[in-house]
Amino acid sequence: MSTKLERQASLFTFAEYDAQAAERAGYSSYSYWGSTVRLFLRNKTAVALLIIMTVLLTFTVIQPYLPGQKSPLKIHTSPETGIQLRNVQPSPEFWFGTNSIGQDLWARIWSGTRTSLFIGLFVGLWTVVIGIIMGAIWGYVRQLDRLMTELYNVISNIPTTITLTLLAYILRPSVSTMIISMCATSWWTMARFVRNQVVIIRDREYNLASRCLGTPTQRIISRNLLPYLVSVIVLRLALAIPMAIGWEVFLTYIGLGLPLSIPSLGNLVNEGRQIMMAPILRYQLIIPAAVLSIITISFYVMGNAFSDASDPRNHV
Amino acid sequence: MLAYCLKRAFFSLITVLIVITVVFLLMRLMPEEGYFGDGYDKLLPEQREAILRSMGLLDPWHVQLKNFYIALSKGDLGTSIIYRPKVPVAEIIGPKIPYSLRFGLVAIGLSLATGLWMGVVQAREKGRLADKLGTGYVVFINAVPAAVYLLFIQLYVTQFTGLPILFHRDYPISWLLPAASMSLGGIAGYAMWMRRFMVDELNRDYIKLARAKGMPSTAVMVKHVMRNAFVPMAQYLPTSLLMTIAGSIYIESLYSIPGMGGLLVDAIQRQDNPLVQALVLIYAVIGIFGLFLGDILMAIFDPRIKLEKREGSR
Repeated sequence: MSTKLERQASLFTFAEYDAQAAERAGYSSYSYWGSTVRLFLRNKTAVALLIIMTVLLTFTVIQPYLPGQKSPLKIHTSPETGIQLRNVQPSPEFWFGTNSIGQDLWARIWSGTRTSLFIGLFVGLWTVVIGIIMGAIWGYVRQLDRLMTELYNVISNIPTTITLTLLAYILRPSVSTMIISMCATSWWTMARFVRNQVVIIRDREYNLASRCLGTPTQRIISRNLLPYLVSVIVLRLALAIPMAIGWEVFLTYIGLGLPLSIPSLGNLVNEGRQIMMAPILRYQLIIPAAVLSIITISFYVMGNAFSDASDPRNHV
Repeated sequence: MLAYCLKRAFFSLITVLIVITVVFLLMRLMPEEGYFGDGYDKLLPEQREAILRSMGLLDPWHVQLKNFYIALSKGDLGTSIIYRPKVPVAEIIGPKIPYSLRFGLVAIGLSLATGLWMGVVQAREKGRLADKLGTGYVVFINAVPAAVYLLFIQLYVTQFTGLPILFHRDYPISWLLPAASMSLGGIAGYAMWMRRFMVDELNRDYIKLARAKGMPSTAVMVKHVMRNAFVPMAQYLPTSLLMTIAGSIYIESLYSIPGMGGLLVDAIQRQDNPLVQALVLIYAVIGIFGLFLGDILMAIFDPRIKLEKREGSR
């Protein structure tokens, strides 16, 4: 008996998985994240920027722990004369030079990048998390819909610049007030979008069919709803960083920025702006502006590329 | 249609009232220094209290709010305290509006003409060099904060072309650079939107039909695509037109143009509370009114919008 079975088993061999053959048989090996990643990797610019940003972000985080780094706030003086080392050109000692009171620009730029990215990431996460929660409630709880829509109409009618300026003016400048005023204004668009998607997709035929077939709600949300939202969620998260940095620059420019004791990309650019008329001192404007532009452009391009890649309508 | 306009106007009015009330109450939270000017430190506490009382700032908030509305209904926006002491806000703003308006209108004209043209070219050259250059421009303008690139434009363009670095009303040539830089953002916005619209629209069946029946492609563009493109634009055009009154905050203060945008920066930096309050209100009202006009225009131009019979929300 057993020998017969063994003999039969030797007749069968394990088949290798063949995607094409599987498809011919009607089985789709489609994986949402697989397709997303594949599409994203096809965009060479975005991948290059992703690598640059990963390196830059890692460096920004570990920079203060590296040996030989200077404090961003220490005012350097000449050891012989005791005079402040003001406006020193970029040199082996001060890689990016010093500013008008003798602080090391290299240390200030990385410290400022940390501040700005912190603000950006916080605002971005807040926008996405609060936006999704409020949007889902707004879409699902029908009694709330009217109230929320009216509130949204009031708020979206006022230019964001004005709301932001007013809040920052009343709250007085600091990192937390800057975050609060940006967070207060930023989540509404996201919530509105999620609400619309929830309302549109919730009662689509395929969802009704799914529900009739007894698919659990959790699976409907993760398979049928979320893929439509992922691209926008990621886009918002990625764009929140350039947006927050832009707002920070704006608030600094109109005089509501962070104090100089907390370096940020906004107040570094603003510091450089005040002495830009002397061509020899322009490095103090150009270097922070370049770092800032690289960061904002990278996040903008990566966000758009990922958003395109994660849109299920682009998956074939 | 009329019913819709009235309803929409009513909601806009309510929004304006809510905004005025909220802004007014928020401004009451400000530190009282903003009501004194330079002499704050020299005053005794009793003197400060007397000044605040004479300005009605120690009244309960609902009395203040009532007085504020009464003054508003007479067209009184308040009086500046620090920027130009004891001058009514309306008098400060009045002469500034023409500057902002002129610059703004030129900039809108420039950005519409250039932006739409750029979008059309990009859509036609899709995937080729011109499209890539255009997309690069759009990405740059959208990603880099305006304060940064405008600064560099001011710095280097004036250096290389010899254009004046600051605005002066007697030199017509000093109008050039501010107006051009003011249109950069608009160009990017219109180009991006127009390109996407064209790419989507050119694959539609009605365009294919128009082509198939032998309509020349210029006529297809003008009669079908452009006309449809105007509908969504109608919604935002009034806001951008009205916002020209408010001026561009950055550019006016960069080039020291004596307009409204520069005024807001000055008022904030000097902490002139009544002036900030008045300006914020003006900006907000302009924004609300612009959206109102936009919705009305949209309703007029888009036959697909049926307002009276609302379908149940899906």
